[in-house]
Amino acid sequence: MAGINSPQNRENPFKQNWFVTAIWLIVIGYVVYSFQAMGLSWERFNDGLGHASNLLGRMVPPNFSRWSLLLSGLIESLEIAIISSIFGIFFSLFLGLFAARNLMPTWVSTPVRMLIALCRTFHPVIIAILFVKSVGFGALAGILTLIVASIGFIAKLFAEAIEEISLKQVEAIRATGAGFTSIILFSVMPQVFSRFIGFSTYQLDSNLRNSTMVGIVGAGGLGGTLFSAFQRFDYDFVAAILIIIIALIMFGEFLSNIVRRIFR
Amino acid sequence: MNTIDHHWQRFTLKQKLSRYAVYLVLIIAFVQSIKSVEVIPEFLLDAPEQMADMFARMWPIDFAYYPVAVHDAMIETLNIATLGTLITLIFAIPLALMNASNIVNSAWCHWISRFFLVSSRSVNSLVWALLFVSIFGPGVIAGVLAIAFRSIGFVGKLLGEAIEEVNMGSIEALKATGASWLSILLKGYWPQVLPAFFSIVLFRWDINVRESAVLGLVGAGGIGVVLDDSMNLFQWDRVAMSLLAIFAVVIIAEIVVVNIRKRLI
Repeated sequence: MAGINSPQNRENPFKQNWFVTAIWLIVIGYVVYSFQAMGLSWERFNDGLGHASNLLGRMVPPNFSRWSLLLSGLIESLEIAIISSIFGIFFSLFLGLFAARNLMPTWVSTPVRMLIALCRTFHPVIIAILFVKSVGFGALAGILTLIVASIGFIAKLFAEAIEEISLKQVEAIRATGAGFTSIILFSVMPQVFSRFIGFSTYQLDSNLRNSTMVGIVGAGGLGGTLFSAFQRFDYDFVAAILIIIIALIMFGEFLSNIVRRIFR
Repeated sequence: MNTIDHHWQRFTLKQKLSRYAVYLVLIIAFVQSIKSVEVIPEFLLDAPEQMADMFARMWPIDFAYYPVAVHDAMIETLNIATLGTLITLIFAIPLALMNASNIVNSAWCHWISRFFLVSSRSVNSLVWALLFVSIFGPGVIAGVLAIAFRSIGFVGKLLGEAIEEVNMGSIEALKATGASWLSILLKGYWPQVLPAFFSIVLFRWDINVRESAVLGLVGAGGIGVVLDDSMNLFQWDRVAMSLLAIFAVVIIAEIVVVNIRKRLI
């Protein structure tokens, strides 16, 4: 009967994990340090809360009276999102294929992978600044920016998806004497197509979000309208724009869910 | 039985039709957008020249500017990203718990949490930054809160999904001992979501480093302020220095995150 009544030999199942505790201690120490390093203080925060209620008070009710301005910005955002997604997906298809290490020799895949990584490192806003400088204000800069951003994101995912395929089907198609294009179309694409659709709809979503932002640096779309409303302290119009953006993105998510269900 | 004549089809008619409908809508949307978008062709033709001009102005990179302003701003950017990620957790963990159907079983709670998560994700971090700049004034605090509010949706959603995937066996065992609600959460759920938790937080931190680099463009502190100032003064060699610093930090952050994640999983 010793087994039931002798807890002294048993290890505590919930014993302290010193590694995790150390991590938490470091985190707490860091928070204290960073608050001091950046001069954050409770008074400043408290001050802001008063402003926040003031701001929210001025945001309500949202002002939709300048709906034509809102609508033109919205349409431009949508156009930027659609065009850049389609071009981005189109380029990503090829770049993803060239970046897949199981289908391409190293001397092709390595430079392409580096190009994709380069597209991904910079935030879209920084790319937008550079494009605004080189092609001027307007929707074109936004489109080019989001094409680059799309390539950075989905070409990488495409390449990873292609690297995970089963090579048996590739071999089977190759055994029939098919050329390179047919191998890609009939052995690689069927295996990865539904995942491509998933990535593409996700990218369309995220381009929609970003197209409402690139306008802040002058690259067209609803972001420009939003930024100028902020600068003119038209907070009720800001609220209207924000509501429209959230509605647009929810609608986009709804649509991409439908598309994903169709292509499952 | 004429199986040999039977024509094999991968998709049913309904599947085919719905797929073609999607393609059709996409093409119509694309053509319509191309037709109506305002692009000035002269600007496009001019682009390579302007681009070359920009890179020529960027070269040589003004390395002497690094110790003057870029270094401190870069540290500030990292602090904004890290502190923002930590503050997110205060909001994201409760929302994730509310969103997980195996913890809270009420449709109302799910809708409320989903509303907050979706609105956090829909509003871009720059827009959050604009809002917080107008509340707290230009400075770091706006940047930290913008990063924090933007990340809630991401962390909350993924953490909620991780919680839903836990093995309920050990939870049931704990319940059978009569453990309290809090101990079930801490000793049953928490150890199981721990790897996912750290990997989500690290992933978000990596994204936040990129995002906090641009928040300064709207006045929310960090390297973006330096970038914006040099750009407004047309000091493109200093812009290049800032961009190089951002590039280096982003790459290092990604390498660090990838290595830690490899150890964790």
